[in-house]
Amino acid sequence: MIGLPFVYAVAGSVFGAWAVLTLADRRQPRRWTSAAFWGLISLSFLAGDRIGDLGNGVLVLALVAIGGSGWLARAEPPTTSDADRAASAAVRGNRLLLPALIVPTVALAGTLAAPVLGFVDPKQVTLVCLAAGAIIAVGVTMWWLRPPPLAPLQEGRRLVSQIGWAILLPQLLASLGAVFALSGVGTIIGGSVGTLIPDGARFIAVAVFTLGMAGFTMVMGNAFAAFPVMMAAVGLPVLVQALGGNPAIVAAIGMLAGFCGTLLTPMAANFNIVPAALLELDDRSGVIKAQVATALPLLAINTLLIWGLAFR
Amino acid sequence: MWPLLGLGILIIGFALRINPLLVVVAAAFGSGIGAGLTPVAVVAALGKAYNGSRYVTVPWLILPVIGMLERAGLRERARQIVGDMAAATTGRLLLVYMIFRQITSAVGLTAIAGHAQTVRPLLAPMAEAAAERADPAIGRAGRMRVRAMAAATDNIGMFFGEDIFLAVASILLIKGFLESQGIIVTPLQLSVWAIPTAIAALLIHGARLLRMDRRR
Repeated sequence: MIGLPFVYAVAGSVFGAWAVLTLADRRQPRRWTSAAFWGLISLSFLAGDRIGDLGNGVLVLALVAIGGSGWLARAEPPTTSDADRAASAAVRGNRLLLPALIVPTVALAGTLAAPVLGFVDPKQVTLVCLAAGAIIAVGVTMWWLRPPPLAPLQEGRRLVSQIGWAILLPQLLASLGAVFALSGVGTIIGGSVGTLIPDGARFIAVAVFTLGMAGFTMVMGNAFAAFPVMMAAVGLPVLVQALGGNPAIVAAIGMLAGFCGTLLTPMAANFNIVPAALLELDDRSGVIKAQVATALPLLAINTLLIWGLAFR
Repeated sequence: MWPLLGLGILIIGFALRINPLLVVVAAAFGSGIGAGLTPVAVVAALGKAYNGSRYVTVPWLILPVIGMLERAGLRERARQIVGDMAAATTGRLLLVYMIFRQITSAVGLTAIAGHAQTVRPLLAPMAEAAAERADPAIGRAGRMRVRAMAAATDNIGMFFGEDIFLAVASILLIKGFLESQGIIVTPLQLSVWAIPTAIAALLIHGARLLRMDRRR
């Protein structure tokens, strides 16, 4: 059965190769600490289940120490020049777009075929297909373009070093969410938000719910963490039970109010901080700033939608 | 109230623009210790959750292919495509992409595009090329705005498309939560209520995109 162990072995090998190539690159600034960073991520994929909770915790602290203190540097492995690229683009034309479609195609085919593929763990089919698609796409591209043998790893290293410490942030924020849950942060916030609503004030109750969803999502970086708390604190007891709202509408649109919060927070690192690094923006908050003028009106509309639709 | 210490650390840390990795770890210690955990217990809790969420980092396996295609001129090709289409303005281009992203997400194909796969190698260079053609004097700040808008359009298209799909994680989470409270709903009852917001998102963000063309 192909499942997470396969995916993690592939990811661990790729990050391990990036560590080795970093160490071997004499022009790489901060060579030792940068190699240690990618090596520790590799170790986490390959041996994370064997080193225990405390071992993993120490690993996280080491990664944060390197990434947070500027000991991780960008790599500039030898690559093609701008002129080479323009010439290659002119010769190869739109066919260059095709290999980029291999990964989504494999993901789609795999998801559709999952029930009949007996050898793939059905719960992990997306991640398995992603890893398999990446391997197939590298193979096809190597066969077509005939770059130097180390090109996929070196070009991958060039890109991953541009993302830098931000690559760690989504996983670290997920871990912070777990610590917050353990500490009871959600219950405290939910409890205090619930006390803000005057009896019987329907619109205020709806607004407290949607603003609470967006605000709590901004803090947690994730509407999925905010939803159970806000629903238990305000959605069910006030909007549904006391005021007679339709639970399906309150819940469905409430979740979307949370998504508006996702657009506004650095805590949603995958969507807001990582792309700023990938696109080499000067301002780390550039993506969030571009989203404000869409997110705020949409939050207002979600509030009006619950108010207007849920109580008929 | 002491567990909320972590929230305070988080907000102050981000406001002072301290490196987010350090802020997040400090916030974890703040909340954990505020709730009466020992520092060692906080480290272990962080480690356990970190190890359990490794799947978050797996999608970066796409980087070797994207890097190789960039090496062969993928971004240059993306720019040339826009150069050949006179009708492709920045706003129209991003609007077409947003519609594509909303529709594919609404049928469950969220993995078909994304920041590493499509925005960096294709969408952002295309939008930038169109902006440069419309305004040859566009400065660095203008190009940064176009890139940020390309990333924003991918996010907004996906967020407000995916909840129309029945089997998406958030729909299943809602259904599971309501069920635990004794309220039975079908995924279809939930996903239809994502449609009004999806339309509103298209109208609001779409209008902003088209306005990008007129402002110059």
